[in-house]
Amino acid sequence: MSKMLMKGNEAIAEAAIRAGCKLFFGYPITPQTELSEYMAKQMPKRGGLCLQAESEIAAINMVLGATASGARAITSSSSPGISLKSEGISYIAGSDLPCVIVNVQRGGPGLGGIQPAQSDYNQATKAPGHGDLHLIVLAPASVQEMASLTGLAFDLADQYRMPAMILADGALGQMMEPVDFEERTPRELPEKTWACCGHGNKREHNIINSLYIQPNVLEDIVKERFKRYEEVEKNEVMYEEYMCDDADIVIVAYGITARIAKSAVKEARAMGVKAGLFRCITLYPFPAKELEKLSHKVKRFVSVEMNMGQMVNDVKVATDCRVPVTHCGRTGGVIPTVKEITEEIMRLSAKKEG
Amino acid sequence: MVVFKKPHALTDVPFHYCPGCTHGIVHRLVAEVIDELGIEGETVGIAPVGCSVFAYNYFNCDMIEAPHGRAPAVATGVKRANPDKTVFTYQGDGDLAAIGTAETVHVGTRGENITIIFINNAIYGMTGGQMAPTTLLGQVTTTTPYGRDKHIQGNPIRICEMLATLDGTAYAERVSVDCVKNVVAAKKAIKKAFEIQQKKLGLSIVEVLSSCPTNWGLTPEKALEWLRANMIEHYPLGVYKDVTKEAE
Repeated sequence: MSKMLMKGNEAIAEAAIRAGCKLFFGYPITPQTELSEYMAKQMPKRGGLCLQAESEIAAINMVLGATASGARAITSSSSPGISLKSEGISYIAGSDLPCVIVNVQRGGPGLGGIQPAQSDYNQATKAPGHGDLHLIVLAPASVQEMASLTGLAFDLADQYRMPAMILADGALGQMMEPVDFEERTPRELPEKTWACCGHGNKREHNIINSLYIQPNVLEDIVKERFKRYEEVEKNEVMYEEYMCDDADIVIVAYGITARIAKSAVKEARAMGVKAGLFRCITLYPFPAKELEKLSHKVKRFVSVEMNMGQMVNDVKVATDCRVPVTHCGRTGGVIPTVKEITEEIMRLSAKKEG
Repeated sequence: MVVFKKPHALTDVPFHYCPGCTHGIVHRLVAEVIDELGIEGETVGIAPVGCSVFAYNYFNCDMIEAPHGRAPAVATGVKRANPDKTVFTYQGDGDLAAIGTAETVHVGTRGENITIIFINNAIYGMTGGQMAPTTLLGQVTTTTPYGRDKHIQGNPIRICEMLATLDGTAYAERVSVDCVKNVVAAKKAIKKAFEIQQKKLGLSIVEVLSSCPTNWGLTPEKALEWLRANMIEHYPLGVYKDVTKEAE
């Protein structure tokens, strides 16, 4: 199929529709609004529904209802809106329901700004809602990946019965690139026998809930869920290595920052420094084992992020601080330049280790 | 001869409700209506957070437990995904009229084809008797120990009257379960609400004035007397909106 020129936000929407998602519930917020506008245009023509909710809270709970009744459903927002959704996210995770949530990140905290940021990394990977829980977190770095990871997110969510998040940012959401909605091979997925859509007098009634008043029962259920998380960690890690084989300094990055970092790696190489890039595609599950392996070969890691240093801590834990791990980044909606990252690589390479 | 039996739409799980609590009556009325309409297999119920949180264990239809106040939004998701199924929420006053007010109002504005069973007992039961949005002026609760004062805690909210102003509300009626006559009327209203949903006319809501002997500090009998003497005056019974009447 020929490529289409699209905004990242639109690519997510189109990919969701192609993944068989017929229900979008959202609330307008910059910089993700094109996603809901695309849904509003397309869904009625393609047998689906785009419903603008009264709030972010209502939108995520409409997703809860739709997915609890067996349908694929998606909602999208940007940072402040995701905070509002966190209650619903926790309930969806606690009810073992699949869904896709898109966060086109902007600067924070509070109302923050409307420029691209990656400062919701900790929220997405550590505390997307109250309680012991995880989301599958996918971090696209191109408009093409906005599309392909969205289709995958629906499959992963259904396979593991848990919410999946596309953690993008305002730059990816707004930029236009060619995208190919190549025939995706959908996974074989279990039937949703748990869905609440009317038992038709053919089975016992289904119950979807997250309340377990007996502590030992709740503990058992959480532990069972964590066994599923272990499967996710074992089977679904995705990453990309660029020039890591002989690298002394490896940049760890994801999303838009990884693309900028790739250019910096090339510049450093041109200046004779053996730099490499490790790009995380899944943030949960985090590619910890792969980074650990790499930590035996390289002299240091630099975590490049559009925040004050969040993923850097996961790199430290994954590598057991075997070699120095430092952070380099900008925050508040400021995108780091190739020059800034290159200078940091050069500065660190000139440093004596130990 | 069988003169009375448990409706099929209720499970065999024993209710956890306090003695004299009227939740049991309302559960039974809803279940009887589901039986009479023959829709148990095509119905999805949404349980709230509050005393009736375990409603999902008691109704024999598919049941989803919503976050506090979000039942109307959850119901919206179910209904939009399954437009031909019957969807109802069962919510208390704190759930529906305080933390979930926005969700309640907007199912009215959208005219969602769902039915809300709204239990108004003027108090937070599950957490042990705190002020509800529907607590009457002067009423003593654990968080209004000197009585609800409108200058401090504001005024009680009338939900049916408010929702009746919305174009998408098809049916709003307030009933009471304090005596046999009113219980019979309550069932009629609940049945009508479900029928209005089946006709896809918009939101239907039945507000049921209920008693909470435990947290009101009264015997079951005295609690019903208190309901009659105090609540009905502030929350008059009756039909506040009925689009089927307007069409006639």
